[in-house]
Amino acid sequence: MSALSAFNRRRAEAKIAQRPGALVYGLLSFILVASVFPFYWSFLIGSGDAGTLSDTSLSWIPGGNFVANARAVIDNESVNFWKALGNSVIVSTVISASVVFFATLAGFAFAKGRFVGQRGLLVFVIGTMCVPTQLSVVPLFIAMSAFGWTGTLGAVIVPGLVTAFGVFWMTQYIAQALPDELVEAGRIDGASMFQTFWHIALPAARPAAAMLGLFTFIMAWTNFFWPFIALNQTNPTLPVALATLQANYFVDYSIVLAGVLLATIPLLVLFIFTGRQLVEGIMRGAVKG
Amino acid sequence: MTTSTTVVKDLPRGGFGLRANLGRWDVKYSPYVFISPFFILFGLVGLFPLLYTGWVALHAWDLLGGQGRWTGFDNFAFVLQQRQFWIALRNTLSIFLVSAIPQLIAATAIAAALDTNLRNKTFWRMSVLLPFVVMPVAVTLIFGSMFGERYGLVNRTLADIGLGPIRWHTDPLSSHVAIATMVNFRWTGYNALILLAGMQAISRDLYEAATIDGASWIRRFFRITIPQLRPTLIFVIITATIGGLQIFDEPRLYDQNGLGGEDQQWMTMTIYLYKLGWTQLNFGRAAAVAWLLFLVIVAIGLVNLAVTRRIATSEGRTA
Repeated sequence: MSALSAFNRRRAEAKIAQRPGALVYGLLSFILVASVFPFYWSFLIGSGDAGTLSDTSLSWIPGGNFVANARAVIDNESVNFWKALGNSVIVSTVISASVVFFATLAGFAFAKGRFVGQRGLLVFVIGTMCVPTQLSVVPLFIAMSAFGWTGTLGAVIVPGLVTAFGVFWMTQYIAQALPDELVEAGRIDGASMFQTFWHIALPAARPAAAMLGLFTFIMAWTNFFWPFIALNQTNPTLPVALATLQANYFVDYSIVLAGVLLATIPLLVLFIFTGRQLVEGIMRGAVKG
Repeated sequence: MTTSTTVVKDLPRGGFGLRANLGRWDVKYSPYVFISPFFILFGLVGLFPLLYTGWVALHAWDLLGGQGRWTGFDNFAFVLQQRQFWIALRNTLSIFLVSAIPQLIAATAIAAALDTNLRNKTFWRMSVLLPFVVMPVAVTLIFGSMFGERYGLVNRTLADIGLGPIRWHTDPLSSHVAIATMVNFRWTGYNALILLAGMQAISRDLYEAATIDGASWIRRFFRITIPQLRPTLIFVIITATIGGLQIFDEPRLYDQNGLGGEDQQWMTMTIYLYKLGWTQLNFGRAAAVAWLLFLVIVAIGLVNLAVTRRIATSEGRTA
């Protein structure tokens, strides 16, 4: 009886462990093609000329105009490409550094501190994750106008400096990755709370901090709604500059899509080097969420 | 090991001297200092603006003149009487449904495919996440060029297989399908990874037992995976609701004018909010729309929660 059940069990295990069939690889290959195709399409159109998109005998081989089209994007004064690129780098870097630092600091306090109101405040943080803060654009704009910040990078950076998600994420990670004994050992050695944070918690939280930083960087880089309202053509981020590009060249998609590719390359390069961590971070966040 | 425990005991635990006092204050109050940057900044740029939106909505308020007189619920009444508001609500819900339902089904299928014993797991996972790094603005411009009515790739392909052209920029529902495609391009793989994480947390014993009982993979999927995945599904659906109903980037860049089409075919709530606030310069009415959208998000979120609960439990029960 038990021999039979052991046999059955092994067979079941083997059945689950076996390599998947053509159906699975077929589906995933289809998704791979669908993921990559828009990039190829952009290059195809972006390397042609104004007539390529409407050419009825569209060739699937890219033309030779990509550099010329990219030049047209970069040389267009109202698009401000280099300035937009620089601004996107500044905004995304400052926001992700700030989110990671303040989230790790608060996460350390929530995970390892003992203070009155701890639970209630943490529940409040989690609750605010569900609040659609995008809807606050009207008062934010009123406030930024009053300060004279509209059109400056500060107007885009300041509202992004902290996120409730970041605090929640770091609290979860530090609670399970940093042993209480290590914190106590630091205290016994006479370290202040901040020194304990700096020398013990921060190094221990590095993997989660890197994932949070990466995720925040991408979110800041791709964000459009608020930067579009708060900034203007003369001092844009990349998505705002792309909107200007579209308005200028609506009829010539070869230039629009060349610009789209130029604006996408930085995150594409980032993804090639850090995509593995990003995948891991999204999956880890999901189990906790 | 033993020496360190003695050291702990020998430490001055009681309270004498400035150092000990400082140490106690440090332990007691430092956590508040550590969490305060988040709460102060979030209060200033998150919570306060959200509540202040309500205040603005109750006033006559324009971009140039600033705060005007108290008007009570006039802004809400005005907005609710506009045909445009209801069209915007219809479009927002339609785009949301047209994108969320296929996206969820596709993401679950992809997650199930990724949850098998694949070769090169990381490669396949990265390949489904690739679209996530493309800005929505860029996605819209790329797909916009495919959904042209005369020369678009999609209509030309349809013509090649003998189907008539679809009026992507004229028919409301067709424009919603095009916009939903853009949303789904960027988010399906992302949500598939979240669902994959949920699937991997399901105990393998359940599958083994079911396999011993001779259950096919389809049966295992519907009777084990889906019910066990409920918390993750709820998480994905709620975040998709909050994000999806605020949709702005895609409809904004779907044509050159950015106001949702000549007949408001794809004008969403957030586009309408933008239109009231920044082209009609009426912040009071824009703020009223923001609050109404907030209520819609809460309502749809609760409906989704109830539906997901029902579906997942009833399937669990029949299993």
